[in-house]
Amino acid sequence: MRFKRTRSGASLKLKIGAVAGLLFLHLPLLLIFLYAFTTEEKSYQFPPPDYTLKWFGVVWERQDIWDAFGLSLRIALIATGAAIVLGTLAAAAVARTRFFGREAVSLLIILPIALPGVVTGIALRSAFDIADIPFSFWTIVLGHATFCVVVVYNNAVARLRRTSPSLLEASLDLGANGFQTFRYVLLPNLATALLAGGMLAFALSFDEVIVTTFTAGQQTTLPIWMLSELVRPRQRPVTNVVAVFVVIITFLPILMAYYFTRGGEATAGHGK
Amino acid sequence: MATTVRETMYDTEGSQVNEAASQKTSAVELAGISRHFGKVKAVDSVDLSIPEGEFFGMLGPSGSGKTTCLRLIAGFEQPTAGHLKIFGQTVDGVPPYRRAVNTVFQDYALFPHMNVIDNVAYALTVRGVGRKERHQQAMEMLELVRLGEFARRQPAQLSGGQRQRVALARALVGKPRVLLLDEPLGALDLKLREQMQVELKTLQRELGITFIFVTHDQGEALSMSDRVAVFSEGRVVQVGTPEDIYERPEHRFVADFVGSSNILEPAFCQRIGAPEGLWSLRPEKIQLTDQSVTRENNVLTVSAEISHMQYQGAVRRCVLSVAGHSLSLSVPSNVESLVVGQTVYARWNLDDMHRMVS
Amino acid sequence: MAQRGVLMNQPADGILGRVSDLFFRKPGLLLLILLGPPLIWIGVVYVGSLVALLVQSFYSIDEFSGRIVREFTLKTYAELLRPSNLDIVLRTVLMAASVTVVSALIAFPIAYYAARFARGWVKGLFFIAVMLPLWSSYLVRVYAWKLILANEGVLNWTVEKVGLTPLVDALLSMPVIGGPSLSFSYIGTFLVFVYLWLPFMILPIQAALERVPASMLEASGDLGARPGQTFRKVIFPLALPGIVAGSIFTFSLTLGDYIAPQIVGSSRLFIGQAVYMHQGTAGNLPMAAAFSMVPIVVMAIYLWIAKRMGAFNAL
Repeated sequence: MRFKRTRSGASLKLKIGAVAGLLFLHLPLLLIFLYAFTTEEKSYQFPPPDYTLKWFGVVWERQDIWDAFGLSLRIALIATGAAIVLGTLAAAAVARTRFFGREAVSLLIILPIALPGVVTGIALRSAFDIADIPFSFWTIVLGHATFCVVVVYNNAVARLRRTSPSLLEASLDLGANGFQTFRYVLLPNLATALLAGGMLAFALSFDEVIVTTFTAGQQTTLPIWMLSELVRPRQRPVTNVVAVFVVIITFLPILMAYYFTRGGEATAGHGK
Repeated sequence: MATTVRETMYDTEGSQVNEAASQKTSAVELAGISRHFGKVKAVDSVDLSIPEGEFFGMLGPSGSGKTTCLRLIAGFEQPTAGHLKIFGQTVDGVPPYRRAVNTVFQDYALFPHMNVIDNVAYALTVRGVGRKERHQQAMEMLELVRLGEFARRQPAQLSGGQRQRVALARALVGKPRVLLLDEPLGALDLKLREQMQVELKTLQRELGITFIFVTHDQGEALSMSDRVAVFSEGRVVQVGTPEDIYERPEHRFVADFVGSSNILEPAFCQRIGAPEGLWSLRPEKIQLTDQSVTRENNVLTVSAEISHMQYQGAVRRCVLSVAGHSLSLSVPSNVESLVVGQTVYARWNLDDMHRMVS
Repeated sequence: MAQRGVLMNQPADGILGRVSDLFFRKPGLLLLILLGPPLIWIGVVYVGSLVALLVQSFYSIDEFSGRIVREFTLKTYAELLRPSNLDIVLRTVLMAASVTVVSALIAFPIAYYAARFARGWVKGLFFIAVMLPLWSSYLVRVYAWKLILANEGVLNWTVEKVGLTPLVDALLSMPVIGGPSLSFSYIGTFLVFVYLWLPFMILPIQAALERVPASMLEASGDLGARPGQTFRKVIFPLALPGIVAGSIFTFSLTLGDYIAPQIVGSSRLFIGQAVYMHQGTAGNLPMAAAFSMVPIVVMAIYLWIAKRMGAFNAL
C-alpha cells in the first residue's frame, strides 16, 4: 500500500477509505431513524412504502414501555451515583500516591469492563445462586454499579493526572486543611471530569443488556424489552421508535461528556 | 499617607519587627536535617540558621537538595532526621497549613477556577474572613504588586510576570512571617528578571519579613541575597554573604559554580612558584603584560602561551597555557594585539588568591 | 486579627482540622479510607462472583431432578469436551479471529487518517464520529443490521439495483458460512460483529500511530526508503501494539457475545449463547459456568501474549 503523502495531506485513496469507514459506522443508525416513520409494520421493507407519525403515538400509549423506561432510569441513576462515589475514591487513591499493589488495584477496577459481559453476568448469577439471593431491583443495580465504576474512575484519574500537584500544595500552604482543600480546590477542578464520567456511566447503564439479562429475573428494563421484541417482533415500527429514543437518550450524555472533557490543557500558573 | 507599607500590612501591636532585639531572632533553624528517599540522600545533615528579616538564598545545581530543604521548611516533606525550628518552635509533624510560612511556587500554582482577587484572598477565605473584608485586603495586596486593575481577570489571561506577582500577593496576604520562593525568576525573560530582582528586594525591605529563595542561577543569588548557602549533593558546602562566596570560596565546588574561577592545584603552584596549597583565583584578577618582571612584593608573574580566545562582546575570554595547565581570564575586546600562540606574561596579586579547604 | 505565632489557629478550625492533621501524620490512614470502599465493593461483589463462577463449574446438575448438586466433580467439564460442545467453541473462536482480522483491515485507514492528517475541528469530528457509535446503544446497533440484512431490506434492495444478486446468492450457497438469507447466516453475524467492534479497533491504533513522530517518517524517507518500505518497516511495526490492543477487545467481545448471533445468524450456537441457554430454563448453572471458563482461559492466554508484545502501552 502506498500512502503517498503529498504536500496537501493524505492521498485520495486514504481519504476515501477513511470516509467510507466512518459512513459504515453511522449509516445503520440513520436507517433506524428512517424506519421509525414507515407505515409497513410486518416487515423491514425498503424503501418504506409510506411515512407516518402514528407509531410515536402508539408508543406513548404503551404502559409496558413506560414501565421498562422507568425501571431503566431508576437503575441508571442509582448505579451512576454509586459509581461516582466509588470511582472518585479509588481515583484519588491511585492517581497520586505510590503504594504497594497500586498496579493490581488499577487492574482490579478495570476488570469488570475487561472481561466479556457474559462472564460478568454468569458470575453474578452464580454468586446469587450460591448465596441464595433472589433477583430484585438491587441485583441489577449491583451489576451495573460494578462496571460503571471504571468509567468514572478513568475520567477522574485522567483529570487528576493533569492537575498540577502544586495546586493542592498551594492550598495547604495558604492555610487550608485537607477538607478545605478538597472543597475549594480539588472538587472544582474535578467537577467536570466527574460529570463527564457520570454521564458516560449513565449511558452505559441505561443501555446495558448483556449483564442485565442474567441479573434481572422477571424484571424488564428497556433494553430487555427491546431484546424480546427483537427475538419475537410484534409491531416492528414500535420497536424502531423506541430504538430512536434510546439512541437519543444515550447520544446526549456522550456529547455532553465529550464537551466537558475536551481540551483544557492550560492550568493557570504554567507561565512558561 | 506617609505610613510605610510595613505599618499598614502588619499589626504594630505584637509586631514582629522590633528592631533592637530582632536582629538576632532566628526565624528558621535547621539542625542536622536529613531527608532520605530510600537510599537516596536528598538532604544530608544540613545545619542552617536564618535570622529574621534576612533575604536568604539557597543556591545549587538541580538535585543538590535546596528545593527539598525549602519544602521541609514549608512542611510538604518531613525530615528523616534532625530538627526544624521556626521562630524557636519545633515543627516536626506540623502540617503546612498550620505554619506561618507561605510559598511562591515555581509554576505559580494559581487556582485556575478562581479569578485573581479570589486567588489572592484565598488565605483569608479559608480562615473564615468575611467577603468584604478579605476582598479589601486582597486589593491592597494587589495594589502593592501593582496589579490592581487585574483583580477580576482569570489567571489564564495573565502573562508569566503578572502571574508571578499574583502568586506573590497571594502568599503575602496571610501575613506570613517567612516567605519561601522556589526558583521565582526562572520562567521570566532577562529584562523582566532584572526588574523583578529589584522589586523583590524592595518588597522584602519594606515588609521586613524573612525571604528564603531557591535558585540555580548564581547571578541571581549574588544580586539579591543578604546571605547565600551553596548546596551540593544534599549538603551545604558554604554559607556566607555574596561577597564571601564569590571572593573567598572555600571549596572547589563553590569556586567553580559561583562565577568561573581558576583553581590552582598544589602541584601547579609548586611549578610556577606560587605559595603552597589549593587556591582559587578569579579570572578578572589576572592581568596580561609583556614584561617579564620578576617577582615583586606580592605579585606573581608567569610566562604563558595563549591557547584559545573567544569573543564575547564586551570582553574576550582568553585561555592561557601555563606549565601544562590552563588559566582563564578576560581582556577587553578593544585590545587588538593578542593572537593565539603568542607568548605573554600573566600577573596577579598574591592577595587575590584565596585558599580553599578542598 | 488573631495573634499569630508560628502555629496559626484558624477560627474556622475544629473537628475537620484535627482529622486533617491526623491524615497528615498518617497518610496510610487516608489511603485506607479512600481505597477501602471501592476495593471492598469490587473485591466482594466482583471477585467474589468470579470465584463463585469457578466453584459453580465444579458442581454438576442432577439429570433427573434438575437440581444443582453442590459437590466437587469434574463431570461438567467432561461434558464440555463432548464433540457437539467443542464444535461450539471452535465456531466461536474462528469467528472471533476472522472478525479481528477484518476489523483491523478496515480500521487501519480510518485510524491512520485520523492520526496523521486530521487537524483541528476535523480531528474532533473524527473522535466524536468514532466514539458515538461506541457508546451508543449496543442493542440498537445490532437491531439496525437486522433491518439492513432482512430479505426485503436495504442491502438486498441495493444489491438488486446494482445487479449483484448472483454474487450474493453464490456467497449464501457456500457451505458453512452461507445460509438461507443474509440475516440467517454466518456472513450476517460476521458483518454485525465487525460493525459493532470497529470503534474498539480504531481507537488504539490511532493512539499508537499518534505516538509516531512525523520526523521519524521523514527520516525514513530521507534515508532512502520508498513509501511502501516506510510503511512496512516503520509505520506498521509501531502501529502493531495498537492493533494488538484493539484485537484484545474484538476477540474478547466476540467470544462472549450471545445477542448478536441470536438476532442475526444461523441457529447453531456460539459460546455466549450456550452459556445463556444453559443457565436459563434448564437451570444448568454448572454447565453454563464451565462454558464461560473458555473465554476466560482463551483471553488470559491472549492477554499474556499481548503483554509480551507491549500492547498494554497502547491502551
